[in-house]
Amino acid sequence: MSAGNKPDEAYYQLLTELQQLDFVLVELTLYLDTHPYDMQAVQQFNQFAQRRQQVAQVYESRYGPLLQFGHSFSRYPWDWANTPWPWQV
Amino acid sequence: MWIYEKKLQYPVRVSKCDPRMAKYLIEQYGGADGELSAALRYLNQRYTIPDKVIGLLTDIGTEEFAHLEMIATMVYKLTKDATVEQLEAAGLGPHYSNHDRALFYNNAAGVPWTATYIQAKGDPIADLYEDIAAEEKARATYQWLIDQTDDVDLQDSLKFLREREIVHSLRFREAVELLKAEQETKKVF
Repeated sequence: MSAGNKPDEAYYQLLTELQQLDFVLVELTLYLDTHPYDMQAVQQFNQFAQRRQQVAQVYESRYGPLLQFGHSFSRYPWDWANTPWPWQV
Repeated sequence: MWIYEKKLQYPVRVSKCDPRMAKYLIEQYGGADGELSAALRYLNQRYTIPDKVIGLLTDIGTEEFAHLEMIATMVYKLTKDATVEQLEAAGLGPHYSNHDRALFYNNAAGVPWTATYIQAKGDPIADLYEDIAAEEKARATYQWLIDQTDDVDLQDSLKFLREREIVHSLRFREAVELLKAEQETKKVF
């Protein structure tokens, strides 16, 4: 996505999918913080963490890095600081 | 350390420019029971809390920063297209004099954020009870804010945040029980 452009419908769909996966993961994280011996929950957590990595990779390949300090790759030129920022979409 | 992620935790959409609502929402940005208070309260308490609940305080404290960004996004979107006249009519004239449309950590009445909003007693039960109370107060504030707007898009994001307060409160209650159980097993007669 080039700077300043209004994101397309596919962007919102993929972002929603990522937010849905992350919701499952934050819920499981807090639950497991107080229920560390729930084996099924741990399995579900790892399953969703794997799926999350895949979707994040697709998102980043299309719309640029989600993380920095070396947790995401960059294209040339450096694309981390490109718009839009989360409050601009 | 912390890593920033370039996305919101949950979508924030608003259906109209509404500086009046932005003024009220600031309560959850820089108010006593707001998201800044929550994040700083939990992340500060975690150094001296028993090991069993450090993870929980770290994770909930981190999630609060995601909520802080959602509130900021609401305020930004509700005020970015407002004229000076509209800001003044919404009671944001004094805010505009000092900050233009910049966000600032104050409550709905314009009182700046202060560290006296948060406590750290060093007693795990006292600290966790404070955290439970904070979540319940934030939940109530989100309900009042939902009641103050007819913007269904904004209500949707506010309802998400209200539900998160309920989950956090539940987890803190479980943490209290974990510590009580641990204390029982340590008793030597």
